[in-house]
Amino acid sequence: MSNMLEVKGLKAYYGPSQALHGIDFSLAKGSITTLLGANGAGKTTTLRAICNMVRTEGSVSVDGQSVAGKATEAIVRLGVGHVPEGRGTFTALSVEENLRVAAYTRRDKAQAARDLEMVFTYFPRLKERMAQQAGTLSGGEQQMLAIARALMLGPRLMLLDEPSFGLAPLIVQEIFRIMRRINQESKVSMLLVEQNAALALALADNAYVLETGRVVMSGTSAEVSSNEQIRKSYLGY
Amino acid sequence: MEQLFQQVASGLANGAIYALLALALVMIFVSTNHINFAQGEMAMFSAFVCWQLITWGYSFWIALPLTMLFSFGVGVTIERVILRPLHSAPVLSIVVVFIGLLAIFHSLAGAIWTHTVKPFPSPFPNVSFAGSGLIGAHQIGMIVVAVVMLALLFSFFRLTPLGLAMRAAALNPDSARLVGINVDWMLALGWGLAATVGAVAGVLVAPVVFLEPNMMAGILLYGFAGALVGGITSPGGAVAGGFIVGVLENMVAYLGNMLERATGFYLIGNGEKLTVALLIVITVLTLKPSGLFGRVTVKRV
Repeated sequence: MSNMLEVKGLKAYYGPSQALHGIDFSLAKGSITTLLGANGAGKTTTLRAICNMVRTEGSVSVDGQSVAGKATEAIVRLGVGHVPEGRGTFTALSVEENLRVAAYTRRDKAQAARDLEMVFTYFPRLKERMAQQAGTLSGGEQQMLAIARALMLGPRLMLLDEPSFGLAPLIVQEIFRIMRRINQESKVSMLLVEQNAALALALADNAYVLETGRVVMSGTSAEVSSNEQIRKSYLGY
Repeated sequence: MEQLFQQVASGLANGAIYALLALALVMIFVSTNHINFAQGEMAMFSAFVCWQLITWGYSFWIALPLTMLFSFGVGVTIERVILRPLHSAPVLSIVVVFIGLLAIFHSLAGAIWTHTVKPFPSPFPNVSFAGSGLIGAHQIGMIVVAVVMLALLFSFFRLTPLGLAMRAAALNPDSARLVGINVDWMLALGWGLAATVGAVAGVLVAPVVFLEPNMMAGILLYGFAGALVGGITSPGGAVAGGFIVGVLENMVAYLGNMLERATGFYLIGNGEKLTVALLIVITVLTLKPSGLFGRVTVKRV
């Protein structure tokens, strides 16, 4: 079985400064993998590099298909749902428009309509808020909307950039529960970037620890969380 | 009293033109944060194209759609060919490009069609009906065509998936890419639509101000005024602003004339209309910098 995501020697640059120094990792189909590390370790950059939103070198393939030289929107259409840092809400649009716009490029409109119903089973709260302007949602609801928007693309792989950011612990738990359901029920593989290592390791199957743009440790979540050295140095608990 | 109504009506007719131009400016501003200084000259050029088609024997109602199509193509081409390579250029470079475009369209029109003033036939039949005398047929036509155009545009942006995608691309380009929207093409499409809207304004106003390369210079200033009064970030506001400026400038001139007739003292009149428009801009921007209907943008620093 081929991997959903295969990253080899990935380097990324912001102007003249290099943010990733050749990282390798892979993500098995249907699994959840988390990237951990301190601020500035290159977690967000890795996600952006996969979608070609920064200048990159190295190879990335999604479900065996190389994304080299593809524009961000073309990579997205391969089935990559990127839930960006800061949620990327279209604040001036309504909740409904936020979801409808994500189905814009889909050919199969009937499937998109079914996906909308599926999104509501995961996030019933969004259904109540369909007509509301998205910018007026609470932080937790905007995070739900961001995940729901990515789901409307009908993704095979989701890239999640700190879904817990700035949210109350109860909301975070709710969102992580829903993410697990999405992974299991909708068969979506996930690459999760988190500061909250305990939470991420509890959800993920595998983990990679990044430090200043390099992978310093990898293994199953159990291995990573039981490694004393890693726990003290990078995970802070 | 009749004269007052007449002034309001003709203010609305002028306002329709300002509203269209203001909308064209806002459409480009919301997606790129640039003010297209060449918008007026592009509209003037389109009016010449329409005139040329009419002199070749096409009827106005065939010439107008052809002109709109042509202007759409010009708008898309400008974005794709000239502005795309300048995507990350500093604002001043863009401003210089716009001024360059202004000069190019201006001299091109002069070179092709000469600088002599040409009459532009009004497409609207000179019928009289109840209330005639208050407002001319062409003025009614201007308002109707402008309102139809605005209604079509707003339904396009509100109701169609493509319109929604274009709004999303303007609001948040990064997020739009992440839902698979080709933002570059949306920008080019926006330019095409703005050029089309401007072309309609140019064609409608040509019978009033006559056709010549300088015809849009003053009118574009009113368009700016409308856009700024309504709020440069708000398409609906820009349209309202255009009508407000159109009516207000006529009202002020009308009241000035009344004052002169009553007291013999000349304070303000038709000659100061543009001054009034610019005073309105300064007043609104001083009291409400984002315009009457604009969004207040708060930036975290």
